[in-house]
Amino acid sequence: MIGPLRQRPFASPFRKRINRGPSPLLALAMPWLTVMLGSLSPLLPLVASAPVLPPFGFLVLLAWRQLRPGLIPVWAGFPLGFVDDLFSGQPLGSATLLWSLALIAFDAIEARFPWRNVVINWLEAAALIASYLALSLLIANAAGGGAHIMVIVPQIAMSVLVFPLVGRFVAACDRARLLPVRILG
Amino acid sequence: MAPQSTRHTGFSRRAQYTTFFAYVAGVLGTLAGAALLGMSIYHPAAFAGLRSAAGDATAPAGSVAASTRSTSVSLFDTVAGYIAAGRQNAQLRREAEIARVRLVEAQATAEENRRLKALLDLREADQTPVAMARMIASTSASTRRFATISAGSDDGVAVGMPVRSPLGLIGRVLETGRTTARVLLVTDTESVVPVRRARDGVPAFATGRGDGTLQLRLINLGINPLKKGDTFVTSGSGGLYRPGTAIAVVSAVTSDGAIARVLSDPGATDYVAIERVWAPEAHSAAAPTPVAQATGSPAP
Repeated sequence: MIGPLRQRPFASPFRKRINRGPSPLLALAMPWLTVMLGSLSPLLPLVASAPVLPPFGFLVLLAWRQLRPGLIPVWAGFPLGFVDDLFSGQPLGSATLLWSLALIAFDAIEARFPWRNVVINWLEAAALIASYLALSLLIANAAGGGAHIMVIVPQIAMSVLVFPLVGRFVAACDRARLLPVRILG
Repeated sequence: MAPQSTRHTGFSRRAQYTTFFAYVAGVLGTLAGAALLGMSIYHPAAFAGLRSAAGDATAPAGSVAASTRSTSVSLFDTVAGYIAAGRQNAQLRREAEIARVRLVEAQATAEENRRLKALLDLREADQTPVAMARMIASTSASTRRFATISAGSDDGVAVGMPVRSPLGLIGRVLETGRTTARVLLVTDTESVVPVRRARDGVPAFATGRGDGTLQLRLINLGINPLKKGDTFVTSGSGGLYRPGTAIAVVSAVTSDGAIARVLSDPGATDYVAIERVWAPEAHSAAAPTPVAQATGSPAP
């Protein structure tokens, strides 16, 4: 008896097909777009009375930098941080400065510990996230606030715990980055 | 994983220059960020236009998100309501009985108030709100507490106007775009609201603590008369907020005042009213400079 027509065994969107190739625009723009999307997280349907959300833009930036070190250049902290500053509520220039510093610190850490694994990556991200949030608090206080350091402790814990999930999201985006969507020829 | 050798450029001049200039650009970006930060700390209003433009551009997305929020909040409320329905019914019935009596008393007081004000020849300013707007976003990842509302200078909203919900004071307008405005919430650490106890008028200042609660600081030092459950309303000092707007309930008493819970949780608020500045003359006399007003420094 003839069964129903089976799907091709290796039908995957990543499979090479004749006259299809990855779009260079998508391949290069994906990291920048996802970081900016993370920076738009203050538009989420949540009006919070305390800092509760992780700084998603920063987390996505770190995750891209860990997954594909060559994709985001070391000067990307300036433009991406500037976009983040427009929405984050911090005084303008806060993320511009801190993200630039974080990317330089990232390269310094990478030179010091070239061999990486999950634990080292997570520890490194945790250290950078905690310093970033603490320095953001300092800057916000210098610009007129007066929040206590305890206010950001839950936020730091949550950001550190959420970071591996953001890493998975970035990995999925990285696969989508090279989808063969462009028709060649 | 083996080290990625992106930093090792080999003998290619082009790769060496690319890496070198990327680091130069990174350091320059850092310096430019520091310069921007310095400017925005010393002239906080300098980049208001940029932020407002960004807020205006993303307002449609925020409005969609806001309607989602109100739907999801009401969904949770509906489920919770079924669980507590019976107990709540009995309690509400009791409260309605008490409220009916109080209402008659309040009507009498209002009547007397109106008569006395007429005697004093006091005229009430226009009380209709300037605009009604939706809360569309808040800075949920920063320690500063700003919110964005869906009304801007096109709707007549101006810097300094108080923003309130039916439950109480939310904050005041800090920057206006064409279709959106940025609100300094009362829970921000820079917001100072002159308040008094609703029952007997004990005066205090309510400062935000950045975590959703307020710090009440008594003006008269001495024995702390505050108790858990005391309700505070705005006092109207400084001329910005209309007196008698509910703001917070004391949740814990401290040595020099109290910690209070804000009555109108911005997260549960859908629509807010933007009101006129209550007594503009008093407010402009008290505000030192336009810059200090824009940054939200307390009026002396």
